[in-house]
Amino acid sequence: MPSKPWQRTPREILPSLAILFLSLILVIGVVEFTGMKGKLAYIGLFIPVGTAAQFFWSLYKYGMKAAKDVIASSIMMTGAIAVFLPVVSILLTTFIKGLPGISISLFTNDMGKASFTDPVGMGGLLHSLVGTLYLILISVLISVPMGLLTALYLTEIRGPGSRFIQFMVQAMSGVPSVVAGLFIFSAVILTTPLDTSGFVASLALSILMIPTVTRASQEVLLLIPNDLREAGLAMGATQWRTVAMIVVPAAKSGLITASILGVARIAGETAPLIFTLGGADKLNPNPVNGLQSALPFYIWTGFRLGTQESVQRSWSAILVLLVVVLTLFTLARVLGSNSKVAK
Amino acid sequence: MTTNNENSTSNGKEREPKMTADQGVKTNSLSAVANARGEKKAGSNPMGSGLEARGVHAWFGKHHALSNVTLDFFSGTVTALIGPSGCGKSTFIRTLNRMHEFIPSAAFAGEVLLDGKDVYEKGTDVTKIRLQIGMVFQKPNPFPSMTIGENVLSGLHLSQIKMGKAEKEELLESCLVRAGLWNEVKDRLGAHGGSLSGGQQQRLCIARSLAVNPKVLLMDEPCSALDPGSTLRIEETISQLSSTMTIVIVTHNMQQAARVSDYTGFFLSDGGPGELIESGPTAQMFSRPRDERTENYVSGRFG
Repeated sequence: MPSKPWQRTPREILPSLAILFLSLILVIGVVEFTGMKGKLAYIGLFIPVGTAAQFFWSLYKYGMKAAKDVIASSIMMTGAIAVFLPVVSILLTTFIKGLPGISISLFTNDMGKASFTDPVGMGGLLHSLVGTLYLILISVLISVPMGLLTALYLTEIRGPGSRFIQFMVQAMSGVPSVVAGLFIFSAVILTTPLDTSGFVASLALSILMIPTVTRASQEVLLLIPNDLREAGLAMGATQWRTVAMIVVPAAKSGLITASILGVARIAGETAPLIFTLGGADKLNPNPVNGLQSALPFYIWTGFRLGTQESVQRSWSAILVLLVVVLTLFTLARVLGSNSKVAK
Repeated sequence: MTTNNENSTSNGKEREPKMTADQGVKTNSLSAVANARGEKKAGSNPMGSGLEARGVHAWFGKHHALSNVTLDFFSGTVTALIGPSGCGKSTFIRTLNRMHEFIPSAAFAGEVLLDGKDVYEKGTDVTKIRLQIGMVFQKPNPFPSMTIGENVLSGLHLSQIKMGKAEKEELLESCLVRAGLWNEVKDRLGAHGGSLSGGQQQRLCIARSLAVNPKVLLMDEPCSALDPGSTLRIEETISQLSSTMTIVIVTHNMQQAARVSDYTGFFLSDGGPGELIESGPTAQMFSRPRDERTENYVSGRFG
């Protein structure tokens, strides 16, 4: 009969639960009958009271070590909950507020004929969805090769200027997104014939994406053991072929994650789009010519207009954006792990 | 060329020197092990002149790691390089196929002649040199993104050697047979190299080196990360390979040097750069070394 002597039996767990339950009742009582108010009071009181009760119970029953363990566990749990709650809250709120506006017409209509006071079903976000997909596609096409090659230069070749490039990459990753938009506005829109468009907006997003991809790729490449590079070189391979056939394939899934991180960095960016995208109401499938829209931009305008209908459309757009990003991530993961090698 | 497992294992056990007795006896047993090998004479093999190191010096930055090493490796023989840690054995072996130069601060002086041609000569294609002088590393390092079969043939792709499909399959089998791994992996050539045990991985790395048909195989402590059973298999592989190529093996294990090598070189550093103290036929090195320091080392008095 296999047993797990290191785990507590239900009989041992029961008193702990009872103590937690008692302290919960105590906390509710205290909050009810004193001047304290709000959900925060319950949480703020329950954590120390529950921990203290558990601490003394463990001290009495199992000794100091177990009691200290209770304190440590309680700090970990509190931290975990503090991190986890906002995520759950964001997802839940998005679903609850966004779901009522989701309909087929939302995906087939744009805002070309609908006004911001028209019913939700009249308008849609087709133009923004298409715009966002274009933005992500063009930014990936620009940033992933550049970021990856920069990372390869910095970790594999370590050629002249590596330290300067490293410094620049770090400086670039600290550029505020609105500055990236302003830079492209003054450097491209004001000085070249190119006008606000999806392509120009992608340039602004690439400024944000390249350093993210570079730094994440670097981390991954540094994890590849040097043995493998030496083995490749010792087999009579050039450095280029060693990198292309051994280092990069070995780091493949990590490099895909690096690209995903880059997409995550830009998918929700609004500020750089303000100066560079234009913000169209109509579907424009041409990213090089004419105004386009994007989901973050659509969300921003929707909330700014402030009518009940446009706010509802914005919430739905947030939900769509979440799903789009999630789908892209899953897709990249599946493609990344799709290895011809049988496990 | 397939090896009979049980037979060779028992053989190996017999060859294992008894280590229970005192130091003097240990020397005797080591030399007995070395003497038990059939002696190979230099030049007994008509496969070119092998590899010669002439006045090799190596530096890491200002640190002089290796001083004036001159050593011949005769073709068709196994040469073991022994010596305590930090004496420059690994540095030396890495100068032979020019892997030394990958360490950014490294510098080199001297000549390494492969069939009479200096591998450090200006205008020499380094990759061609490494195709002729293969290397097996201390830690087994199969390429993680490749299957067992792809690992063995990776040398062809890495150095862009074109080959037909049937030829490739033939080469794959012959390399794995020569490395003594064929029977264990022939049914799962499509599996990951990483799914093999440590000893199997190391033999896979040997098979990988063999695929480009090198004249010389350098082995940098190939068994130091392996258990005794796997070590034995590698040693058998070395013995079988030695009839067709020149093998240089760095080892910390003197029993291993006595078991597998025809010639032995003893390196030592007395605080300064590492030097080659003495070299010669293995049996002689372990039974009647000329230098007192060699005597002390092989008898286990230090190191």
